[in-house]
Amino acid sequence: MVKVRLENLKKYFVDRGKIKRAVDGINLTINDGEFLVLLGPSGCGKTTTLRCIAGLWKPTDGRIYFDERDVTYLPPKDRNVSMVFQSYAVWPHMKVYENIAFPLEVKKYPKEEIDEKVKWAAELLQIDALLDRYPSQLSGGQRQRVAVARAIVVEPEVLLMDEPLSNLDARLRVMMRAEIKKLQERLKVTTIYVTHDQVEAMTMGDRIAVMNEGKLLQVASPSDVYLKPKLLFVASFIGAPEINLLEATVKEHGSTLVLEGEGFEFPLTEEFTSLLRGYVDKSVIVGVRPEHLMVEGISDVSRVKNKAQIKGVVDFVEALGTDTIVHANVGGKIVKVKIPGAADVPIGREIKIIVDLDRLHVFDKRTERAIV
Amino acid sequence: MKEKPELLPYFLILPAFAYMMFFVGYPLMQALILAFTKEGVFSLYNIQRTFNDYYFRDALKFTLALAAVIVPTQVVLALILSLAMSKMFKGRDLVLYTIVIPLTISDVAAGLIWYSMLSSHGFLNKLLISIGVIDRPIYFFGYQFRHMEFLAIFLTEIWRATAIVFVIIFAGLQMISSEYLEAAEVFGAGYWTRLRRIVFPLLKPSIQSALIIRTLFAMQVFGVVWILAGRDIPVLAGEGFYQLTEIKDYGVASIYTLVIAGISILLAALYIKFFKAEYLEVE
Amino acid sequence: MDGEIKYALKQVAFYALIFTFAAWIAIPLIVSMLYAFAVPSEYYDPSKVIPLKFTPRHVEILLITLGALDAIKNSIFVALLTIAISFALGIPAGYAIAKFIFPGKDSIKLLIVALRMFPIPVMAIPLVVLYIRLHLIDTLIGVALAHTAMALPFVILITSSIFAGVSKEYEEAALIFGLTRFGAFLKITLPLALPGLAAAAMFTFVISWNEVFVASVLTLYNRTLPAHVLLIIAGASGGAAPDYYKFAAAFIMTLPAILFILVARKYLITMWGITLK
Repeated sequence: MVKVRLENLKKYFVDRGKIKRAVDGINLTINDGEFLVLLGPSGCGKTTTLRCIAGLWKPTDGRIYFDERDVTYLPPKDRNVSMVFQSYAVWPHMKVYENIAFPLEVKKYPKEEIDEKVKWAAELLQIDALLDRYPSQLSGGQRQRVAVARAIVVEPEVLLMDEPLSNLDARLRVMMRAEIKKLQERLKVTTIYVTHDQVEAMTMGDRIAVMNEGKLLQVASPSDVYLKPKLLFVASFIGAPEINLLEATVKEHGSTLVLEGEGFEFPLTEEFTSLLRGYVDKSVIVGVRPEHLMVEGISDVSRVKNKAQIKGVVDFVEALGTDTIVHANVGGKIVKVKIPGAADVPIGREIKIIVDLDRLHVFDKRTERAIV
Repeated sequence: MKEKPELLPYFLILPAFAYMMFFVGYPLMQALILAFTKEGVFSLYNIQRTFNDYYFRDALKFTLALAAVIVPTQVVLALILSLAMSKMFKGRDLVLYTIVIPLTISDVAAGLIWYSMLSSHGFLNKLLISIGVIDRPIYFFGYQFRHMEFLAIFLTEIWRATAIVFVIIFAGLQMISSEYLEAAEVFGAGYWTRLRRIVFPLLKPSIQSALIIRTLFAMQVFGVVWILAGRDIPVLAGEGFYQLTEIKDYGVASIYTLVIAGISILLAALYIKFFKAEYLEVE
Repeated sequence: MDGEIKYALKQVAFYALIFTFAAWIAIPLIVSMLYAFAVPSEYYDPSKVIPLKFTPRHVEILLITLGALDAIKNSIFVALLTIAISFALGIPAGYAIAKFIFPGKDSIKLLIVALRMFPIPVMAIPLVVLYIRLHLIDTLIGVALAHTAMALPFVILITSSIFAGVSKEYEEAALIFGLTRFGAFLKITLPLALPGLAAAAMFTFVISWNEVFVASVLTLYNRTLPAHVLLIIAGASGGAAPDYYKFAAAFIMTLPAILFILVARKYLITMWGITLK
């Protein structure tokens, strides 16, 4: 159970004369016993980072510390890490028992201890009945459990997981999410979990580290990453359906500021106004999540303190059962509104969309940083 | 709803199948007839004559001896090469193509090529003489140098046929997912442990394949021996050839070839039994 | 520092291993080729490890006086015929195995693999008896038929894997747009499979070109190159031919093979891997 610290971690690849900066200067501390999720789109460098922490790849620059120990150039066997691979990497020629026992055998544990620990890990993952089978006789979900059991059996200092759920079907995925999280809470092992699925990140992580193009964009708790995204990318990566983004200009109307855009005008609350003083007559990007928009006449708008209204024409409706997502054409752009439950909204109807002004995100157009 | 079984695939396969059945079935039957009949009547006369011929015992001995020495050497070499070639390095492609060139060279050509290396005016002798290691050529050929002929055949076959084993084992090695090895590495296994516990077990089917094929070919060894040693080193295929083309005794010639076939089947069965991979057999 | 030295040493050993083996393969080829063209005085001169004076005479004499040119023509004819027949029989079979699922498919595949392992000498000798009766003895067609039997399992296996590589959906699209099954095969599958088939043809050519036992047994006057070479140079203790003819023979026998390797490099390894599985 260690604290993992990445100091200016860089990993560059040279491909046909061009440099690919897979990991470009990451500074990150993962606390002892924390479940940290590395979240980002494909190619953002999260797996590369994980592999550097595992010791499979040597960083181009920077350092990695486990507590005070500099492990940057140590081979994996000297690091006391464990890893669950995306394809599980459960060895087909060994039975389940032998797969789980392997890490212990390599570390030369005595036979009785190996037996004890293998059975303990297998029970934790509920695969103790499968110990005598070969992986080819197991389902994907069972093989995944073997991979997890094998990873925890040595009681590693750091547990690494590389998109372990992405090859499972949806139902299994939901189930395993909870199981893995519960397991980690029980074992209290420092865990670094890589995924591109933001739902996984939000439900499992103690903290989420959002990455893109080799850089770390924001590290925060799930609710902070959701409510207080510091960058446009983070705001649009988290949340389904994606946050609505509209271009606007900050205009002065007397003593108040207003966000003016195609087909809408949002007066700003006091809090926002003070923050946006420096942006008068400048362009910004306004973000508002579909779940913070409502349709007049259908949604209950009574609890919204500060609201504004925009008109839109219904272009498309997704009826999901639990929610309804209305795509409305506002000034040429599609704005999505998420309404809980089933709603009957005919296409072509003009609707009034209520905006909760306290839930706006405003981003600097150039730097994409959040101003509010 | 009618469910007519599609007959098209069978029709497509039929010509090839019939052709093969004829060219395999007929010779097999005919070989048996030639071996076991004399003047149209079942007889063990040919068998007796063959087994009592001292060339037969020698042929059997040398064929097996050559295989026993050559095949394991090639497997070991091929394994080492495959492991080496699985690393990425500069010039890897060039080396790969070079290693594989002998696949396209016939055994006769290989024998002639190595003659140029080992003859008394050959490359090896001239090289060694010119740097002073020896002052008279090493003789590889001629009846009185039979043991050297054996060595020459050994060298030539290693040169010519290791590629066959290499290609199979290399292909098998490529198929082992790198994640299997990475997982082992993360869990603390060093290079030799990974080789021993992950690579070799997963390579078993390929090694089995390679052994079967190479041994079967080894039982039929002919061109190299004929070129480098003639009948100084009798081998089964060579004696069969001799009996057919010089002595014109079809019966004895057939027996030689049937012995080749028999040993081949026996060895193949042994390999299959010995290299069984349990994990591939389960449901 | 110690770790770095160890690493450097390992690298040196590694490259030495690789280089040694590559040289081991290449040197005999180069040597035999040089000797094939060496002036006899250079060859017999013990001090000249590498000949410096060359002549094409040996090859010329081999080709013309000793009849190798005719043998080459025969070999080419046999090889081309072998390709033609084995492809005519093998492509439909390979296609069937690649594209259809039918009862008995696995057994048939197993049978093909087993047939490939069939020892050639067993086939050759009874064939002599048959050929005598059918007046096929000492004909090139006879040899080609026998070579086809050798090559057919390879061809079926290789073509089936090539056809399997052509995506089913290309053909299905063609069927939807109005082609018959055969038409789809001709216009879609075949063109896409062409590179692989070309490589398979070259591969079959090499098998036939190199084959010596059957060709020697079945022919007397119409000999293929390996059979001819065997006849005139048979056995180091028996063969009276001067050494340089042996090397010249080696040269003309290996030339097409080397060319083939150059052209079909990429396919070669995968193909051998497929067929020898």
